Amino acid sequence: MTTLTEERVCINRDRTERMAETGDGKKEDADYKRLQSFPLIRHTDMPEEMRVETMELCVTACEKFASNNESAAKMIKESMDKKFGSSWHVVIGEGFGFEVTHEVRNLLYMFFGGSLAVCVWKCS
Amino acid sequence: MSVSYKVGTVKSKQSPNVNTQPKAPVVKGVKTTGKKKDEEEGIDTADGEEWMQGKTLVKPPDQLDLTEEELKEEITRVLTANNPNAPQNVVRYSFKEGCYKTIVFVDQMAIHFELEGNLVHKESDEGRRLMAKHTEREDCGGDERLENVPIKPGKREQKVTNQFNFIDRASQTLNNLPREISCQTEPPPRANFSATANQWEIYDFYVEELQRREKSKEKQESQFPNKEEDRSKKKMIQAEAQSDDISQLAKPAKIIERMVNQNIFDEVAQDFMYFEDAADEFRGEKGTLLPLWKFQYDKAKGLSVTALCWNHIYSDLFAVGLGSYEFTQQERGMLLFYTLKNPSFPEFIFNTDSGVMCVDIHEQLSYLVAVGLYDGCVSVYDLRKKSDQPMYNSIASSGKHTGAVWQVKWQKDDLDSNHNFFSVSTDGRVVSWTLVKHEIVFTDIIKLPPVDKVPDDLKNVVATAGTSLDFHKQKDHHFLVGTEAGKIHKGSKYYSSKFLEMYDAHFMTVSCVRWNPFHPNVFISCGWDWMVKIWDHTINSPVFTFELKSSVTDVAWSPYSSTVFAAVTADGKVHVFDLSINKYEALCQQKVVSKKTRLLHIEFNPVHPIIIVGDDRGRVISLKLSPNLRKKPKEKKGQELPKGPEVEIAKMEQLLSSLR
Repeated sequence: MTTLTEERVCINRDRTERMAETGDGKKEDADYKRLQSFPLIRHTDMPEEMRVETMELCVTACEKFASNNESAAKMIKESMDKKFGSSWHVVIGEGFGFEVTHEVRNLLYMFFGGSLAVCVWKCS
Repeated sequence: MSVSYKVGTVKSKQSPNVNTQPKAPVVKGVKTTGKKKDEEEGIDTADGEEWMQGKTLVKPPDQLDLTEEELKEEITRVLTANNPNAPQNVVRYSFKEGCYKTIVFVDQMAIHFELEGNLVHKESDEGRRLMAKHTEREDCGGDERLENVPIKPGKREQKVTNQFNFIDRASQTLNNLPREISCQTEPPPRANFSATANQWEIYDFYVEELQRREKSKEKQESQFPNKEEDRSKKKMIQAEAQSDDISQLAKPAKIIERMVNQNIFDEVAQDFMYFEDAADEFRGEKGTLLPLWKFQYDKAKGLSVTALCWNHIYSDLFAVGLGSYEFTQQERGMLLFYTLKNPSFPEFIFNTDSGVMCVDIHEQLSYLVAVGLYDGCVSVYDLRKKSDQPMYNSIASSGKHTGAVWQVKWQKDDLDSNHNFFSVSTDGRVVSWTLVKHEIVFTDIIKLPPVDKVPDDLKNVVATAGTSLDFHKQKDHHFLVGTEAGKIHKGSKYYSSKFLEMYDAHFMTVSCVRWNPFHPNVFISCGWDWMVKIWDHTINSPVFTFELKSSVTDVAWSPYSSTVFAAVTADGKVHVFDLSINKYEALCQQKVVSKKTRLLHIEFNPVHPIIIVGDDRGRVISLKLSPNLRKKPKEKKGQELPKGPEVEIAKMEQLLSSLR
């Protein structure tokens, strides 16, 4: 993994140094993003049905409110509250660290769109 | 009746409506005359002088202006009895003919004035009532009479509105005191989770996932059939997961079943634990047996109890073997395990093809159960497994008995640490069976010597049936075999050709022979010749002999005392003896089953003071021994009572020495 990160850092440096290759670098980035825009679950302990439903909901919300994380989070939270019971919490962002206490079998942590991380958990 | 005449216009209720009517039929064109009538009426009331002064004709503003000719015109006016206001062209829908029809005959009655009077006839009910009231009032007080007269109508009016006298009566019921009950449920379990969401983490994870997917694609392309396996495996896992949900209920269901049973048989459970018959103090030596639970299984009704065995590790679990002693009625058999905690239904049920004749549970490994069947097979069941089939089964080729197996006994593991057990059967062989891996291997130990009565040439053919087998508690190699002929043979595992000793025990079949659990020399035997005999194995004749009035089917030593034993007879009685207290008579002779039911087996519980007896109807009854039957030797003042098996041995020794 570290080698890959280094690669990416190298690519970025190359971009800044060689103006001629900036176009290629951007293309590569775009490629990566295209390849990696599918929703990917990083960690979850939800049962199968719940997981699928929640994932679909997150994808829908993020696509709908691509520019506004807060609205997306609001939509996800309200839908989860209605469907699965009260007190869900949702965090959407690109760079954050967290430690949460969640009810067992009610946590979903997934990536989406290559750069977005969504964490959904229930704790009343 | 002093009813004041009221002017119609003033107080009658309906009159206001009516009074408008007489004014209405005043027809148009007669207005001038009508007006004059009013004026004439005014004559009666108003002052006459005023009218006389003014004689001018007052013309109403809306009077018709007619010419003189028209004024002179004669108009005939016909007086009819018709009501000019009645409608003349009333049309009604006739349902019979389905069309509108004119109604010719119209009601012509016009009500000009209506007045409801309040005169009441003297003779009517109300009149009489009023008269009575009137006379009442006249009786009381002369001064008030005058006042009463005008007031009466007012009062009567008040009484009319309040005909019922209301009385308010209230009471407060006893309210139960409020009581607070609160309950705290367990909250759903929580867990902590922490992670970091960074761009590089996301990127790395995606790259990993892509690599994983590529790999799995390669695998899929190369190994197609594996997919199906995976699917079936997944289905298995899913099915297991589903069954887990239901099977998770099994344990709580079992606990609830036991709780319900405990509730139902609460009194019995209390008796079992705590009841000590206080009357025993007054009975002298005698004791009683208190019936506790009855264990019965529906499907076992036609079978007799052929074997009973307590589990040594779980002292509430016992095994019941069911079969039939009748030669002609051989069908199937069952092996049931009951626990005292659930008397309604057996814990384990095993069905066998032929009747079960004997059962033994291994002392240390209480899940191993050896069973001997009527058809000569022996099987070993493993209680840990949920299947109905025995773990090991001896079949015809592997040297099974050719007759019913009457007794099986587990032995200590042999040198190869294989489990083994002994069996004795009608074919006269004592066989040792060893469980080697997945098989059962037999070893003939000894063959019972033929009976004297049998002629010499048949001695090899006719076998002596062995009916009972018991191993010495301490010297494991010594064992006793009781036979159908009434003899008891003492043998040793080390000598396979000959028996060590033979005792002429009974005239008829020996039904049971057992070593004393404490004293190394003593054993007891019982037979169908109504006798129970206690022996010292060094002496050829019995030490004690008891005659019970019916054939004795089983006898057992008690685990807590070397001098207490119990016997069951075919007439349904249980006899309990304590040799240290009474050498000649039973301390308790109690009938525990109804008529015509034979008791077949008895066993003492190793821990609790209860015995179980099995009868020929598939029932097992548990009984509690009263204190008199469980007496320990009396304490001497100042001396601590020594405990342990030595005491028991000493007791027995004392007894024996007194007889020699």
